[in-house]
Amino acid sequence: MSAVAPPTPKHVPSGASAAHQAAAKRRRRRTTLLGWSFILPNFLGFAALTLVPVIGALAMSFTQWDSYSTPKWIGLDNFERLWNDSNFWAALQNTFYYAAGHIPLTLAVSLGLAVLLNQKLRGVRVLRTAFFFPYITSLVAVAVVWNMLLSPESGPVNQFLTFIGIDNPPGWTSDQDWAMPALIIASVWRDMGYYMVLFLAGLQTVPAELYEAARMDGAGPWQRFWHVTLPGLRPTTFFVTVMITVSSFKVFDLVQVMTEGGPGRSTLVLSQLIFREGITQGRFGYASAVSLALFLICLVITVIQFQMQRRSER
Amino acid sequence: MNTTVLRKDADVTTGPAPADAQDPNRHRPGTGAVAVAGRIALYVLLTVVALGVLLPFIWMLISSVKDDRDVFTVPIQWIPEEFKWSNFSDIWTRVPFGAYLGNSFFLSVVITFLQVLTGSFAAYGFAKMRFPGRDLLFTGYIATIAVPWQAYMVPQYVIMQKLGLVNSYTSLILLQAFGAFGVFLMRQFYLTIPDEISEAARLDGLTEYGIWARIVLPLSKPALASLALLTFVNTWNDYMGPFIYLTDNRLWTVQLGLRAFIGQYDAESAMIMTGSVLSVVPVLAVFLLGQRYFVRGIATTGVKG
Repeated sequence: MSAVAPPTPKHVPSGASAAHQAAAKRRRRRTTLLGWSFILPNFLGFAALTLVPVIGALAMSFTQWDSYSTPKWIGLDNFERLWNDSNFWAALQNTFYYAAGHIPLTLAVSLGLAVLLNQKLRGVRVLRTAFFFPYITSLVAVAVVWNMLLSPESGPVNQFLTFIGIDNPPGWTSDQDWAMPALIIASVWRDMGYYMVLFLAGLQTVPAELYEAARMDGAGPWQRFWHVTLPGLRPTTFFVTVMITVSSFKVFDLVQVMTEGGPGRSTLVLSQLIFREGITQGRFGYASAVSLALFLICLVITVIQFQMQRRSER
Repeated sequence: MNTTVLRKDADVTTGPAPADAQDPNRHRPGTGAVAVAGRIALYVLLTVVALGVLLPFIWMLISSVKDDRDVFTVPIQWIPEEFKWSNFSDIWTRVPFGAYLGNSFFLSVVITFLQVLTGSFAAYGFAKMRFPGRDLLFTGYIATIAVPWQAYMVPQYVIMQKLGLVNSYTSLILLQAFGAFGVFLMRQFYLTIPDEISEAARLDGLTEYGIWARIVLPLSKPALASLALLTFVNTWNDYMGPFIYLTDNRLWTVQLGLRAFIGQYDAESAMIMTGSVLSVVPVLAVFLLGQRYFVRGIATTGVKG
């Protein structure tokens, strides 16, 4: 985490006299003040609206606080309630379901695209742009288009499925069992371009000589992928995995716009539960407890991923 | 969070577009019949995949100029029987779409401006100055990037409610203009600028503010462009922020307006697609104008060396 060598104090005489020491001290104080003056404009906003809320969420989860009452310390009651809240367990299960589909599919698709688009081909940049389009499109537009594409009776997707001989195509977002797969498809489509860009950047760091050497040794494209590309990409893959994981545990927008958690609560996810409890219902304390649970899940999974990464590096 | 630290050599900022600098034909390996066939197969594959990815857009575009009845036909009409261009003129009177676009534009520009300004300023302190507490502070910034926003959105909301700022642009601007992301991106870029340059300027008698304004800022135009573009697109596309904070119809952004339109005129599929196209076009234009900076920005913040 250390920065590039910062400007070191310029004149540090070896036999520093008292006067010199005082001057150095003054200079140091001046630098500190100057440094803070750069950071302060951003830091004030950041501290008040990010840092304080992060700490506040922690404290609030131990209180009973509804929008019009004063906060009351209730210890672990919120967490007890959480344990007995069937909505919480449903949301937790759905969030894991989403993550289990979204993480591996997005990883595989974006890595595949990056490797294909890393070739020196004419027009490859146009293609890269095409794959990046979904990511910059607004979620509302994405959600509405996919809802229409996946429309059960006459949507293009089900027309196609009927055409290739599937008699009973799924009901997608109107069906409890198929709503989550529909969300996963739309989300992989949307996110793959972003992670593709990260993988493409990572691919530039794999030394070209390694490919040359592998080719000399008679390795085919598939072997080169397994034995050169994948090991060379390990840091990128790790970073991308962590990012996809955190982002899939905090998924909200797409779900909210595409299914609103339904049908029933088949696509209710944790951040929606936080939103409903905290902002719609005004149960600040309880919502913060759910937030804390979400944060802890993200933390634990990230720590596990770091541990696995460290072990595989040995 | 070690992974987010970059390689410090400058070439990271050139990102994943090696084709920029190199003639794609120079290194063509082998020109035998097999190589040519392989190349053609690759092109076919890539084009098919690209078309598949773009299909939802194509469908959206086609549907936007159809009559409502023709959106869901069996089989699909890939070329509409009649083009109903009037959708694009009618939508402005059906919903205050112009106002929504204006609101989105206003918010995106203000937030982008503040984020770039405060972010690039703070990043100088983090990258080019050394003082006690600096690294601790920076760790604080990084740590909050890893905390999901949903985990602290309730306290944020409470603060805004107490300040009486709910249902105003001020709340969204305050919440989004001071993000840690901008500081992080700019710091990563500043680290690639050699310290000798600022050292020399310091000896020439420039103050730290002078070095920032006259030396470092002009050198970091690409990074500023990346940050501005990413912030603009994120703000334009943001749904959850406006959804929580803007309840008054007059304040709505394009995303909220489009969502409400969908709820209200459920059956008017073609008009919904028209609105979707209109909501995507501005951001698409911004993206196409600066896509190189986009890719660079993402690569700068995201890759470990």
